[in-house]
Amino acid sequence: MNLLEQKFTPETWPEHPETYTQEGKNKFIGFWLFLAGETVLFASLFATYLALKDSVPNSDHALAADIYSLELVFIMTAILLTSSLTSVYAIYHMRNYNFKQMQLWFFITVLLGLSFLALEIYEFTHYVYEYSFTFGSSAFSSAYYTLVGTHGAHVCFGLGWITALIIRNQKRGLNLYNAPKYYVASLYWHFIDLVWVFIFSVVYLMGMLG
Amino acid sequence: MNKQELRAQYEYRRRKSAEGMRLQLISFGLMAFLTIISFLAVGYGLPKSFVVPILLLLASVQALFQLYYFMHASEKGHGMVMFFMYSAMFVAFITVLCYMTIIWW
Repeated sequence: MNLLEQKFTPETWPEHPETYTQEGKNKFIGFWLFLAGETVLFASLFATYLALKDSVPNSDHALAADIYSLELVFIMTAILLTSSLTSVYAIYHMRNYNFKQMQLWFFITVLLGLSFLALEIYEFTHYVYEYSFTFGSSAFSSAYYTLVGTHGAHVCFGLGWITALIIRNQKRGLNLYNAPKYYVASLYWHFIDLVWVFIFSVVYLMGMLG
Repeated sequence: MNKQELRAQYEYRRRKSAEGMRLQLISFGLMAFLTIISFLAVGYGLPKSFVVPILLLLASVQALFQLYYFMHASEKGHGMVMFFMYSAMFVAFITVLCYMTIIWW
């Protein structure tokens, strides 16, 4: 029987199902290489933001310290950090060959990700309507929206990806074909949280300091 | 391998992964703690020259926790991929340094 479709028991399931097959090993190394590329992408956006922070044409425009709200960012941070932990739980259950628990924890991760996204949409619309802080209003606002928006787009993509995995494999159960898929999706999700750590520290907290 | 050996090996693995999960929870607690310190440092209005280095340090520590625990980089077989990541971090550092010094308006 094909190794990829073989049925396992918790006892016979390999300790590292994500890299047990050649396919899994390739996905693992390729995906980390992609994440290294993403690191450089975000570095250039952070660099642009830092270089253009508070660069506005005149004093009518809002500056970083005027618009950011500590409470909202704290809630968003707490949600995303928790969602990172829930996807760790999902992978823990994957390695123990517990398909139902894995699906459940990935589902919780998606719910948390959605609430993060909802808060971000609220935040952006608030800036636009309260402070006329739009994408095109200044070099500062363009740099801000490009950086934080690219992160938000990653959250969006990650949600679609994990949701697709949950639905697509609902009836298949766990095997060596989909274990690497779930594993790299969780790596992606952690990476999104890693980038957010720098966004809340460098953009929001340092922005509040003026 | 006979059934009994398989069972013993399985139970050993379950204990090991439960132990691993405990470490993950501890690192989550630490990351939450570091996050709260960062927010408090800004919320209390301490001087900027004092807070900025702390924020950067705490963010870097959190990033390492995320990589080594949540993303399992402390497990075997991550040498090559961490080489990718550290190279990327090096390029990231140079990029940020360059933009911040070359753009003056």
